[in-house]
Amino acid sequence: MNYYLRRTLRIPATILAVATLTFGLIRLLPGGPFTQLRIQLLQRGIPADQVDARIQALQNIRPDAPLWQQYIDYMIGVVQLDLGRSISLGEPVINVLARALPWTVFLVVTSTVLMFVLGVLIGAVQAYWEGSWFDQVTSGASIFLMSIPYYIFAVIGLFFLSFQLGWFPTGNAAARSVQPGFTVAYIQTVLYHAALPIASFTLGGIGSTALNMRGNSIQVLGEEFVEVARLRGLSDNRIATSYVAKNAILPMYTGLLLQIGFRLGGTVVLEEIFSYPGLGYYLIAAVNANDYPLMMGCFLVITVTLVVAVFIADLTYGLIDPRISAGDSDAY
Amino acid sequence: MPTEDEGSDEFDWRADESAGEVGFRDRLEEIYQHSIREPALVAWSDMRTRIGFFIVSFYVVMALVDVFGLWRNASPNQSMHRLLPPFQSLKYPLGTTQSGIDLLALIIDSTPFILLMVFAGGVWATTLAVLVGTVSGYKGGRVDTVITTISDFFMAIPGLPLVIVLAITLSPENPLLLGVVLTINYWAGLGRSIRSQVLSIRENSYVEASRTMGTGTLRIIRKDILPNIMPYVLVNFVKAARYTIFASVGLYFIGVLPYSGQNWGVTLNNAYYQGGLFTMQAVHWLLVPIAAIVGLAFGLLLLSQGMDRIFNPRVRTRFSGESESVEEADDSSTGGLM
Repeated sequence: MNYYLRRTLRIPATILAVATLTFGLIRLLPGGPFTQLRIQLLQRGIPADQVDARIQALQNIRPDAPLWQQYIDYMIGVVQLDLGRSISLGEPVINVLARALPWTVFLVVTSTVLMFVLGVLIGAVQAYWEGSWFDQVTSGASIFLMSIPYYIFAVIGLFFLSFQLGWFPTGNAAARSVQPGFTVAYIQTVLYHAALPIASFTLGGIGSTALNMRGNSIQVLGEEFVEVARLRGLSDNRIATSYVAKNAILPMYTGLLLQIGFRLGGTVVLEEIFSYPGLGYYLIAAVNANDYPLMMGCFLVITVTLVVAVFIADLTYGLIDPRISAGDSDAY
Repeated sequence: MPTEDEGSDEFDWRADESAGEVGFRDRLEEIYQHSIREPALVAWSDMRTRIGFFIVSFYVVMALVDVFGLWRNASPNQSMHRLLPPFQSLKYPLGTTQSGIDLLALIIDSTPFILLMVFAGGVWATTLAVLVGTVSGYKGGRVDTVITTISDFFMAIPGLPLVIVLAITLSPENPLLLGVVLTINYWAGLGRSIRSQVLSIRENSYVEASRTMGTGTLRIIRKDILPNIMPYVLVNFVKAARYTIFASVGLYFIGVLPYSGQNWGVTLNNAYYQGGLFTMQAVHWLLVPIAAIVGLAFGLLLLSQGMDRIFNPRVRTRFSGESESVEEADDSSTGGLM
């Protein structure tokens, strides 16, 4: 079967599996969201015979129906984008998520691209001047950067640059006074608010990317085909880009697929620190408010976003490396 | 005496004395030389390993200090001075918090907890990854398809959100359980990269030979494949450990993990939300837990960087005087984000 076709067919299968997992987490775990919701409603003084009806209104699951019926209902709800009602915000979960998703995607995509591009550039220069003072200083800095989690950059940045010096905003994704739209003022305020989150998320990953690129490039530089290219008298630029860079970046690209997952999950902490209204922020807000429908909705949407992101990255990988679509074994 | 390993077979006819002992004792000796002494020497020759080892030992000593009660336990109002800056008094070397708690005591108190959790996370993630990676890589075929599909599914779930949802249900307060929960799906990515290494190892002629001799799968994995990937596994054990610290402190910091008593993440959270953010006088309250976290991560990282050299065939040859075909490390998998 065609690689792209097979890869595309895997998406609905994965999403189905993830939705099943969410259902399982909600419904089956003892002490899981479903039980907690019931306790919470009872504590609020809602009569026991009305609790089931309330749960049904909040979480599109009928507690009195048999399990398979509940599962089918839940799945139909997911397909229709009906994820229940948020208890704390009093609106359909899907509306909240639709508002939050773009911010998270914006953060993750921008910072990941920045991290990758900057890391590759630094690593390439390091490898080219292997052993120079630049190489030594940046290698040391990379190792040190790798031992600092991104949220520490966020906390320190927020403490000094926002609270002490007042250079950056301390929360939110845009100034309230500016009307959302495709205007210069709005884009400015969005970038201004996103600067610190993106910077700390980028810094947190740049060290390992640079070190990876450095190691790969040094290895490729020692290969015979590079030597042959030199002997043929090809220009340094051509060797650097189409011989060394291409082969050094390829193995890193697979790692990038995994990184997207880590980074998407990492937004939970990042957005909470910066009060940035993305999916992670609402996930934590839902956890703190015992808002189980919103919590499970956030979880489902974050996961689906990851599935789609990895799919897109996979497709571009096929474009870069012809081997992947040619061979019938799914070689990662 | 019929020996199993091919190496000592040709040796046997020449050895005139104690031929019977060659098998066992020599093999032990060989295992020690090959898997413990040589890698250790190679790793130790690197400065990074030594510094990393020193830093990690320092944390272990801190844990021992707490276990044997050599430093006072943290409690509120144990110091008259609130928000005492660090390096001002010998009694409170790292200063005190807003409620007069000795910061050094706070850090020391939670070291055993953190180390246990980190250890559990590392062991769980790497053991499962090795099991999954070797079996699916070596067996191939249907087994491989099934295992790959399952680990693909786990890779499709972002780690931290899953941990948050699970933490609500399980309320993990035991450090060992917490370590396992934090790395609940870390094994998937690591197993993937181990699998791709096994894929190339299983084409080696000695694996082929074992297979034609009818050796069982588990034995081949243990004897022929595992030794080749062991350095890689060790390096990734350290990486998984680092991930566990980062994830746990991050989640404690934003307050979604249940806790009884303080730990570095909780201290950071308190410093951050109880006014540490607005005044420069409390900045040490924020920086001390950060230093503890970064220090441990830095030590682990240096250790893994130094151990990475075991991979490098050139360095290794210098020590053992023979060439080893160990796969180059590709550090692409679990990057270094969290």
